[in-house]
Amino acid sequence: MNTNPKPSAQALTSRNHVLQAENLCKQVSSPEGALTIVDQVSLEILAGESVAVTGPSGAGKSTLLALLAGLDLPTRGRVLLEGQDLTRLDEDGRARLRAQRVGFVFQSFHLIPALTALENVMLPLELAGRGDARRAAAETLRRVGLSERTGHYPRQLSGGEQQRVALARAFVTQPAVLFADEPTGNLDTVTGARVGELLFELNANAHTTLVLVTHDRELAGRCARVVRMDAGRVL
Amino acid sequence: MRALRLALRTLAREWRSGELGVLLLALIVAVAALTGVGFLVSRISAAVALQASTVLAADIRLGSPQPLSEAYFAEAERRGLRSSHSTNLLSVVFNGDAGQLTNLAAVTAGYPLRGRVLVAGEPFARGAPARGIPAPGQVWPDSKLLAAIGGRVGSQLSIGTASLTVTQVLISRPDQSGTFAELAPNLLMNAADLPSTHLIQPGSRVSYGGLFAGERTRIDDFKAWLTAHKGPGERLRDITEASPQIRNAVQRAGRFLSLASLVSVLLCAIAVAMAARAYVRRHLDTVALLKTLGATRSFTLTVSVLQLLALALAALVCGAALGFLAQEWLLRTIRGLLAVTELPAPSLTPLAIGFVTAIAVLAGFALPPLLQLARVPALRVLRRDLGPPPLVVLLAFGPAVSVVLLLIYWVVPDARLFGYFTAALVVFVLALTLAGLAIVALAGRLRGRVGVAWRFGVANLSRRRAESVVQLVAFGTGIMALLLLSILRDDLNGDWQRTLPPNLPNYFFINIPPAVREDFVRFLAAQGARTTRVLPMIRGRLTAINARPVEALRPGHGGEEGFATREQNLTWTSELGPDNRIIAGRWWTAEDFGKPLVSLATEFQEALGVEVGDRLTFDIAGEPLEARVASIRKVKWDTFQPNFFIVFAPGVLEGAAGTYLTSAYFAPGAARSLAQLARRFPSVSIFDIDELLAQVRSVLDKAALAVESVFMFTLFAGLTVLLAAVQSSRDERRYESAMLRTLGASRATVVQGVLAEFATLGSLAGLLAAVGATVGAYFLTTHWLELRYAPELMPWAEGVVGGALLVAAGGWLATRSVVNQPPLSTLRA
Repeated sequence: MNTNPKPSAQALTSRNHVLQAENLCKQVSSPEGALTIVDQVSLEILAGESVAVTGPSGAGKSTLLALLAGLDLPTRGRVLLEGQDLTRLDEDGRARLRAQRVGFVFQSFHLIPALTALENVMLPLELAGRGDARRAAAETLRRVGLSERTGHYPRQLSGGEQQRVALARAFVTQPAVLFADEPTGNLDTVTGARVGELLFELNANAHTTLVLVTHDRELAGRCARVVRMDAGRVL
Repeated sequence: MRALRLALRTLAREWRSGELGVLLLALIVAVAALTGVGFLVSRISAAVALQASTVLAADIRLGSPQPLSEAYFAEAERRGLRSSHSTNLLSVVFNGDAGQLTNLAAVTAGYPLRGRVLVAGEPFARGAPARGIPAPGQVWPDSKLLAAIGGRVGSQLSIGTASLTVTQVLISRPDQSGTFAELAPNLLMNAADLPSTHLIQPGSRVSYGGLFAGERTRIDDFKAWLTAHKGPGERLRDITEASPQIRNAVQRAGRFLSLASLVSVLLCAIAVAMAARAYVRRHLDTVALLKTLGATRSFTLTVSVLQLLALALAALVCGAALGFLAQEWLLRTIRGLLAVTELPAPSLTPLAIGFVTAIAVLAGFALPPLLQLARVPALRVLRRDLGPPPLVVLLAFGPAVSVVLLLIYWVVPDARLFGYFTAALVVFVLALTLAGLAIVALAGRLRGRVGVAWRFGVANLSRRRAESVVQLVAFGTGIMALLLLSILRDDLNGDWQRTLPPNLPNYFFINIPPAVREDFVRFLAAQGARTTRVLPMIRGRLTAINARPVEALRPGHGGEEGFATREQNLTWTSELGPDNRIIAGRWWTAEDFGKPLVSLATEFQEALGVEVGDRLTFDIAGEPLEARVASIRKVKWDTFQPNFFIVFAPGVLEGAAGTYLTSAYFAPGAARSLAQLARRFPSVSIFDIDELLAQVRSVLDKAALAVESVFMFTLFAGLTVLLAAVQSSRDERRYESAMLRTLGASRATVVQGVLAEFATLGSLAGLLAAVGATVGAYFLTTHWLELRYAPELMPWAEGVVGGALLVAAGGWLATRSVVNQPPLSTLRA
């Protein structure tokens, strides 16, 4: 972990760093004036590394994740994903980059209710314009133990199953970085543990870089590195 | 391709899961209403036009003092039109020594192309439709002629050098003159007999007529061709000139129907806009997720637009089929009631117009929310409170406003009316929005003072601030449109009923000599006939305006045929008839009697371009008479009362030789009285307008039918607005209802809350709608339909009570399933 607020330019362009954040700040306006949610955060994450971001509610974890994934733009600072400055890309440019290199797992699964499990997994492949989406999706669903449930709609699946579909969807594109936002937050302890197990297993097999926002100490403990946040700052 | 695949796949799944129901329904009803109204309007107006054509005996008639070129008839045949000749001339017809100046109509096979000739075995009897035309050697004189010359069926009549046999009595023919220019009796004969009469000599006053009829578009094309090719002395007439009654009815019905179509379109547009809003709200998460997974903005937009297009296509097919079936069913059901002749086949134009309008409505009202959908930030996957940034005003409202303006201009092409119409709509929507904001603010204050159910309902109003305002505008505009239309419909139907009351004069009597006037009126009264006013009639010609001879008038003035300068019927009266209205100057009082004052009908005044105060010189029986224009009158020509373009003050024309005219109602079967009358007053000309009245009644019936049927379609469109508006907040309501019930609220409390909210919205929307409809109806009735406006209280009651009941019922029906669902299933979903 490198929390040095002023890393060298050489370090930022290092090929081993899949994700680099420099002096990230995010401010929003509120009735009480400008509110700083992420305050001067710098991070370097190596390829294949697993990093847990923890902290109390309102610490700015999810906002940091959104900034790192290019879902949002920082007020100041910049983010490099595989050397590409996300702050210099427009919305569509960031979307294209996500389609190619990024996977997501969310607390509330975010499956498209109108699509079956298989179709939900096929979706990112199709968006990235990759052929053979059906076969790859079916294979990934098999790996998460849902080969019998491919034709089911999200509402026909349990919470744990829905999150496993979401995992399959995240890994099917073999992303360089996987962002997971409280992936077990909506699940009971046993199911949560199983899903966590699967997440790390898939991550290890795919050599994907994992950025995990969680309250779950056990889950955080399985990561190579833990970044603690409070009041928008990395402690 | 990827976008299309995804669009169709998610669309199919959403369809199966029932997500698309409301949007699709709104679109289907929109298209059904549009095409249904279009089909109805086109078919009924075609039927009306067909009916109206019977007055001309054709769709168009070309008249000339010279024989018509055969090239016209050849061209008509080439275009697949039917044609026939009708040659008219005045000649004395003899039965033995008894002679009478008669209007001869010599016709060829096929006559009449529209309408029917009625004949009977004896004079003044009820007529039955004739088969064809008189065979060569035969003639069909009318009752008046036979009475005058003492003839009957079987008599040999001498016409010129020919001797022809009476085989039927002509009761009426469709194109017998509706004006009083031709006072002579009528005789119908075969054109083949005309040469043998040797009546047509160089210098004879003959009117040659070409009659043409056929399919409407071909007739329109041919009319354009004829207008371009006809000679200078040849005059083209079509149904719009045929009869003021029919012309007015057709014009007003047409205006009403256009307005009704516009209202349907606007209602459907509101429904589509509401449904699209709901659709967009439901898809915010999906689009945000797609973007997170790497979809670009254009990709998500393409998916949404493709989905909408697919929906539109499905709605177009279903809606057009439904619209067609609905009007077909409607027309079939009521055809018997009206003794409608075979209805013309529907044209495909309404289908095309329906499609184009539906696409325009979609583009105007559904595209902006979709554009907004594509702008939802990907970050919404983490922060659900994030919505798309609001569109710039121009983009959000521009397309809708443009579509509405285009539609209004299409229906109301007059620039001034268009301006009024648009301004009124803007003011009304603004008023509704302000009222909506006010009620939202008021609801916030009220919530502490009412019971729990009402608090929940009223609180909803203020909490869903934007939604409440939008719903109020939608309900208000919808109810206003329906109320306005229903007021106009009543005014129109009421006017038509007043126009043709059951005992309307069906006989006109002209040429009543002053000496027998009193006697004649007494005779009519003795026969039980109901007479109208008796007016004097003098022939005269306008010779100068402000001392300038009329020959020096600029071309264009006086009309194409010198309408205002040819010989006119003049009258005088002290009373202004109830069907006359002074629009400039003033009507005379007793002090003015004897002064040379004249009052002109607007048509005459416009043709001459004269004003109040101008001096007109008339030639009356060789004597010049100068009179000053005292007033201009707007005459309601469709009342079947004697009326004149030119009316003098009493005490000016009395010295001139003239006759009188009047009209009267004779009950059916008055043949004997009329035959007696014809014998006792041989110089009086009798005009039977029963057949004309029947024609007009039939046209009005059809117009009324069209108005009623189209109104039904607009009602459906209005109900769709209600459904779409209520459904748009359904998801939110489902969650709230589940929460409330989890917290211990009974189903009744939740239902009461929903009812309270919608009843408040409905009654307020209804109240504002009644205000808007009353003001709108006043302007439209007086300025557009040109009727008298009578304020009514009903719209207010209908608006407030109906609005509250309808909206509350709709709200309850739509949220019923929500309330009935176990709370757990909703909260877990």
